[in-house]
Amino acid sequence: MKKKIWVFAEQVKCGLDPVVFELLTKAGELAAELGGETEVAAVLLGDGVEPFCGLLAEQGAEVVYLADDPALGMYNPMLYAPLIVELAKKEEPEIFLFGATAIGSQLGPTVAAGLSTGVAAHCVDMRINSDKLLVADVPSFGGKILGEILCPDTRPQMASVKPGIFVQGPPCPKPLNVVKMDLSLLPKSDLPLKALSLEKKEVEGVPLEKADIVFCGGYGLGNKENWDKLVKLAAIFGGAAACTRPAVDEGWSGGEHLMIGTSGKSIRPKVYVGFGISGATHHICGMKDSGLIISVNKDEKAPVFEVSDVAVAMDLNKVLDGMLARLS
Amino acid sequence: MALNIVVCIKPVPDPAYYDKVSIDPVTKRITREGIPTIINPVDKNAIEAALQLKSAYGGKVTVITMAPPNATENLREALAMGADEGILLSDRAFGGADTLATSYTLAKGIEKLGSFDIVFCGAESADGATAQVSSQLGEWLGVPHLWNVFALEAPEEKQLRVKTKIENGAMEWEIKAPCLLAVAREVNKPRFISAMGIIKAKNKPISTWSKADLIVEDSRLGLEGSPTKAGGVFTPDLKRKGEMLKGDPEQIVEEILQRLRAGGISIDLDGSCEWGGGK
Repeated sequence: MKKKIWVFAEQVKCGLDPVVFELLTKAGELAAELGGETEVAAVLLGDGVEPFCGLLAEQGAEVVYLADDPALGMYNPMLYAPLIVELAKKEEPEIFLFGATAIGSQLGPTVAAGLSTGVAAHCVDMRINSDKLLVADVPSFGGKILGEILCPDTRPQMASVKPGIFVQGPPCPKPLNVVKMDLSLLPKSDLPLKALSLEKKEVEGVPLEKADIVFCGGYGLGNKENWDKLVKLAAIFGGAAACTRPAVDEGWSGGEHLMIGTSGKSIRPKVYVGFGISGATHHICGMKDSGLIISVNKDEKAPVFEVSDVAVAMDLNKVLDGMLARLS
Repeated sequence: MALNIVVCIKPVPDPAYYDKVSIDPVTKRITREGIPTIINPVDKNAIEAALQLKSAYGGKVTVITMAPPNATENLREALAMGADEGILLSDRAFGGADTLATSYTLAKGIEKLGSFDIVFCGAESADGATAQVSSQLGEWLGVPHLWNVFALEAPEEKQLRVKTKIENGAMEWEIKAPCLLAVAREVNKPRFISAMGIIKAKNKPISTWSKADLIVEDSRLGLEGSPTKAGGVFTPDLKRKGEMLKGDPEQIVEEILQRLRAGGISIDLDGSCEWGGGK
């Protein structure tokens, strides 16, 4: 039997999540490492999602397993998980990848429990070893330590990956091959869990994940005014403003969706400029892959300078105001 | 009527000290010496959520953890917050458990308690941060479960209105007890412990259950029951050169702009000739 690598094709109303394309790219690489006839497939559930099948094939999915039904319009683990578990029991994929999004982070382990298999959570890298097993590097202690996780005896070997960890590669189109999932498994009776509504805010300005330049503020910002300056600066460059946990907790920044770090987003802009960030491991883990890292902190011993290309030991007010004055 | 509520907590090394965690170059083990063990921060939000429901509907809050024996201290702290009873699941056979084996063991502990209405967990632990135990526990218990709950109402005793976080938004749900909810830190503000709380906690019961006290399949426990296996551990090398810029603020700003350009950012300085005649 062909070995199979699956990717959960998460979508929320408006389209496929970008992480799906990142994972399909990685799945293609893993398939090449596994060798033989390894097939990359996507698992797509939703309502009116059939048009997305073509996009998945475009990014390398040789098969798209599709469950398209009005009942699946809003994510519900009690509907999604049983369908996926039954499909996986039947098709026996070797590897199954999920985005570590809000939905993937719940659905992945739920499916794994149904299959009594293991999930490597929030992988930052993965490869195939000489025993043809998936090796996933997983951060712990806020990213201070990386550990290799293997799942040698049970299948599929599952893993979740945060958006932005892998880079979407160029398209590698495959002929469209849609396999419909068995919808007779959908529960008919009233479920004790009902999804009532789903709201998504439109992102203002450039999305953090797509910005070439990110201006990030930490606890050292000191106040909301400085956060507003950061936003202004980001707008001038057509970039994005981001923050650390303390800046969220202090209520200065726009909210948690702008937070960079192990419990926030991972970004890899061309340039990252940090203001008033000390360099807690949790945060560094989310920005370490930036092209160029510039840090401004008045404490010249700030740990963040060690992981920066360029260090500015100066009162951030002077630098912020200076940049704004120079650019406006 | 009253609610029977269970809260799962995890003792973790205090995240404030994670910069000090390292790998022993000889033994290759993670050294966390001198780092205090605390209740995983978001688990306190789970305790708080349970206490608030109890004060609305009455009932009982039982706190449970799977941990080494000294975790009784963390359970005692949960009791001082206001929980009624603590259960420690502790046995060498539980050691080395991944999320599947951990959630299985917790499920067996909860089943031994008898019936429950709501199980609360924190959405993730600070140390491992897999965020997987709650969903898998929900599966073992065979109840509906939600993760990343940031708002919670109980208009009726056994029917809850819940909001979960999604990227740039939220989902709203109706969930019927018995159920499991993994809460995010935004759900509430955990109460502080009062002196009276500490005194009362001294007389509240804490039981320790070992493998022999639970009805379990041995092959699902601990290392053996864990489908994932740990390979090597390493510390990522993130060092960069940290070149220190010198000068007065004006010079620094110019220097930064130069670096941005070198880093691939186009800078549009109106009317400026400094970059060779504008853009």
